[in-house]
Formats: sequence, C-alpha cells, structure tokens
Amino acid sequence: MWVRVKLFGGLREGRFTVKDIETCRTATVNDIVEKLGIESQEVGVTMINSRHCSMGCTLNNGDQVAIFPMIGGG
Amino acid sequence: MSDRIFRVNMTDLSTRTEDIPDRWAGLGGRGLTSHVVAEEVPPVCHPLGPDNRLVFAPGLLSGTAAANSGRLSCGAKSPLTGTIKESNAGGMAAQMLARLGCRALIIEGKPEGDTWYCLHFSREGIEIREETELAGKGNFAVVETVAERLGKHLGVITIGQAGEMLLLAANISVKDPEGKLRSHGRGGLGAVMGSKRLKFIAIDASGCSVDLADPDCFREASRAFAKALVENPISQALGKYGTNILVNIVNEAGALPTRNFQSGQFEDHEKISGETMHDMIRERGGRVKHNCHPGCVIQCSQVFNDRKGKYLTSGFEYESIWAMGADCCVADLDLIAEADHVMDDIGIDTIETSVAFGVAMEAGGLEFGDGKGMLRILKEDVAKGTPLGRIIGCGAGHTGRAFGVTRVPVVKNQAIPAYDPRSVKGIGITYATSTMGADHTIGYTIATNLLNSGGHVDPLSKEGQVELSRNLQIATAAVDSTGMCIFVAFAGLDDEKCLPALVDMINARFGTALTLDDVMGLGRRILMTERDFNLKAGFTSAHDRLPEFFSKEPLPPHNAIWDFTGEEIDSFWDF
Repeated sequence: MWVRVKLFGGLREGRFTVKDIETCRTATVNDIVEKLGIESQEVGVTMINSRHCSMGCTLNNGDQVAIFPMIGGG
Repeated sequence: MSDRIFRVNMTDLSTRTEDIPDRWAGLGGRGLTSHVVAEEVPPVCHPLGPDNRLVFAPGLLSGTAAANSGRLSCGAKSPLTGTIKESNAGGMAAQMLARLGCRALIIEGKPEGDTWYCLHFSREGIEIREETELAGKGNFAVVETVAERLGKHLGVITIGQAGEMLLLAANISVKDPEGKLRSHGRGGLGAVMGSKRLKFIAIDASGCSVDLADPDCFREASRAFAKALVENPISQALGKYGTNILVNIVNEAGALPTRNFQSGQFEDHEKISGETMHDMIRERGGRVKHNCHPGCVIQCSQVFNDRKGKYLTSGFEYESIWAMGADCCVADLDLIAEADHVMDDIGIDTIETSVAFGVAMEAGGLEFGDGKGMLRILKEDVAKGTPLGRIIGCGAGHTGRAFGVTRVPVVKNQAIPAYDPRSVKGIGITYATSTMGADHTIGYTIATNLLNSGGHVDPLSKEGQVELSRNLQIATAAVDSTGMCIFVAFAGLDDEKCLPALVDMINARFGTALTLDDVMGLGRRILMTERDFNLKAGFTSAHDRLPEFFSKEPLPPHNAIWDFTGEEIDSFWDF
C-alpha cells in the first residue's frame, strides 16, 4: 500500500518535504520513521490525517503521515 | 542599591520614591503590576483618564545574571478590554530598571494641555522633561534620537503615533540590544501611556547592579537553570527556526485560522512557514538566532533581510506572521515582514491590527490576500490617523462593529490569536477565562494539546482541557512575576531540574526560603487578584465566553465546533 509522508523542521534535511512511500499492509508510524533513518528521540509529534497518533499506530492505504521534530513557540 | 517604588505624577509633574510596603515584598513583574493596579486604580475608571495608572515592573530575577530574566511587565486597566492588563516584553529596560533599584515605576495622573513629556531615569533619580522634537514620530526615530542625545547604551521605552493618537491597539515598545524593538503588544497599553502625554522613557543604569543575598548559591542555581534551558530540545528548535516553526504544525492539526477564521488550514502555508523563513534568512545573510534581551540563551528571535540583503525586521513572530498571512491570506513573507516593520514603527499590536484587517477583508473593504493594500492602509491611514485608520487601529472588535461583520474573533474585545479554539479546545478555555481577553500566552495549552510538551491532551476532545488551562494559567502568572521569558516553560514542563533551580535563584537573590508550592501559590493569588478587579469593573461569567460563530460554524478540516457549556467554562475558577 501507499502512504504520503510529510516531514518538518530539521527532519527535512537530507530527506524530503513530501513523498509517497510504498509500505507493507501492517506498517506503523514507527516503521516509516525507521525506514527514513530518523532516530526515535528526534521525533516530537506524529499525526495521521491531521490527528495526533502514537508511533505504534497502524497505517492504512492512502493515509497522510506527518512527522515533526520536537518544536515549540508561542 | 536597595529596591524602591518610583512614582511619577503627570498631573503636577512631580516624582517621589517609596519603600516597598510589606504586602508587595515578594512581588515582581506581573505579580506587582497587577497588585498595584488592583489596589490603586478604580475598576470603573476610564482607562484613558487621570485615574488609570501605568505600571512598569521588572521581574524578581531581572538585572541578575540569571538566563532569560530580562522581561519587563507593564500593567494598567486596558482601554481595549476594560479589564486589568499585564503585557510583558524583552528588550533592555527590565535589566536596567532592576539595576537602578526600581521594583516598580508607577505613572499616575494626566497633565492639562497638549505638551508631550519624556522621562530620564538614572541613578540620580527621575527627571521629567518636555518633548517637542519627537512628538508625531515613529518608534525607530525615538530610539535613534535618544541614542544621539544621551548615548547608545541607554534603555528606551517608547510609543509611536498609535499611542499618541490613543488607538486601542497601540503598544509600548522597548529598545533591544541592537537598537531594534520589542513590544508590550497587547491590550492597548500604548494608549494609556499616550493619555499621560508620555512619549518615551530613557533609562541609564551605568554603574548600577543588583545585590544578591547569597551569591554562591545564586551562581550554582543559575548554572543549573541555564543548563536545563540550553539542553532542552524545544529550546534548541526555537533557536534554529524561531516561533514561526509553528505554522506547519498548527496547519497540519487543522487549527490555523484562515480567511478570518473560516478554515483551519491555509493552502499556502509553506510560503509563510518557519522552514521557508529559515532558508530565506540564510540565503539573504540575515541571522537565524538573535536575543531580545542580554542573557537569553534560547535566542528565538532573528534578523530578516530583504531580497537585497538589507535589514527588514527582527523578532518576526509566528502570531504576527499567521495574522497577516493565513488570517488575511497574504502568502508573501516579504510583504508581511515590511508590514511588521511598519507596525513596529507606528507602535501598534501586530495581532490585533492584522486580525482587524481580516475582519475588514470579510466586510469587503479589501480583498483577502491584498498585502499591498494592507501595507498602504497602514502607512496612509493608520499612521496618519484617518477615520479608516482609527477604526482599524482600534482593533478587530471595533472594526467588526463599524463594518457590520458578525464573524469577529474577539474575547472581551481583544482579538483571538493564531490557534482556532474549535480545533484546540484547551486554548479556547484560556481565551474565555483569561483575565485579559483572548490571549494565548496566559495559558499556552498548545504546548500539551499540539506539541506534546508536558504530556498530551487530545486537542479535539473536551476532556482535561479546563484543568490543563488552569494549571498553565497559574504557572504562567508565577513565571511572569520572575522576569523570565515564558519559553522557559518548555524546559520547566519536561525537565524536573528546571523549576527548582528557578526557585533557588529567587531565594538566593532575596534571602528567602520559598518552595515551588509557594511560587505556584503566588500564581493563584495573582489570578484571583486580577479576576477580583474585573468583577469590580463589571465583568461577569457571561463575558467568559467565545463569540457565537465558534459554536455555529464547523471548522474544516475536522468540522469541529466549540461545544463547552457555560457551566463547564466557569468551573475553571474552582480552585
């Protein structure tokens, strides 16, 4: 199946901004993070289809996964 | 130098100093400004009349070597909201006032006639002088002229044309280490300063320093505190991308108010994002990191240059960029930066004014996305005080009433900033219950709702939001009293060594034995004092509500609505 992965902040460096990635049907957010060579402690927030999710969440075909580093502001 | 209260009476043009009364002994920053206003300002007075008082107070740790301790609180009854108000800013003034032994500077009364005045505050005391040359001038001219007259090392607190014209969105600006500006942005405090005919305050703290009760303990605690800040990953991200890194995450969460709060996502979000801004700054030879006051180790500010590499603006914040960008649909960072600079010079709140533009665009006075039109109105109408400029310059609520708009995002007449409360419900509780009208900084639930700092509370669920907002509002009131930048809260939420070190520094500064519970108790006391003022001014729980449209208009993409009952909101005050 295919998912659309969006990266933000420093996670884009050496990678990409948005990319469609082919995965197995049981793939989790964590699998995507590992596949992209991102250390888990670099990840601050993950969302599937604009909803916050845990790293263990399973993906469905056509999902949009957003991966953010630790960020702040206000 | 022992700390004192300094008073300036603008009615008879006199000054005096007083010992700090026992009841104010443990107070600084917002804790002190709010207590002075609550005790000395009649709650029903006209905010621009002689009975209002403008209070400046550095924080308890300002003037010391404590990292990030250079925030200055400014308080009064707000002409925009009619409530009590505290707004804090960086710049150099807090450190300098603290070193002059000034725990609070209280400006009282109002002179007869149309003469403008300025204050010169040094170790010899405060001198009131007439000011003619700078009347009608912008903030940058004030800073440059004071540097020429008195020296570059002086601190400056100033109002621009907006403050002189008593516009309700007028801010008070503070000179930063490089001669640029930081702002007491919200609540129209610049109009209060203007009503007292005070154009600027020049501060010379040469040769002065703050006494420490226990310098060794202070040094140790200060080192632990700075370490907690520097090592925190959110602090590090703030230094790299600034606050504007939030555009993309708030957009992704469907909470980026767009087109005057009609949608939660902006199709051109990447054009105004922190990542894009970071690349533009590097390409144009600007500075990614910049501190708004000496001693800041987070350095979330930046210097943004134009296409030719010439300085355009600094302190270019997420909320300003959101307001002009997504809310007004202007997808051009250069135009936004230019408007930011113009508003800094005029001395007007970028959030209030830009949200007012969004409302005016909905009314049809300007097309959504017309950044050049916005810039033209700022320069030709707001700066010059034409009738249109005065309407926009008095804020979003005023603009909505003048043009018959019903979708007007304000609480207690103050514009709602950059997070839609339908999609981030915790911040809606903060907007509704804030003692100062809609304000994100006063209880920044975004940290936990969206950024996973201090845990996670689902932004779209009602569960846990009242408690989250309450805890953050109490902690923020306490932090706002220390002189600390609120961004120390990220380390405070996630590093258990951070807040104890902060309390240790306060104890080493004053020779006290406060605990963290004592400091949080101060936060509760401040909130109750502020609320009590508002109740006496005529506010009721009916004012602690969001505008009707939030309950009626679902916000894409989640199609969320604001669904808290009045009773649920009012439970905020059960503490």
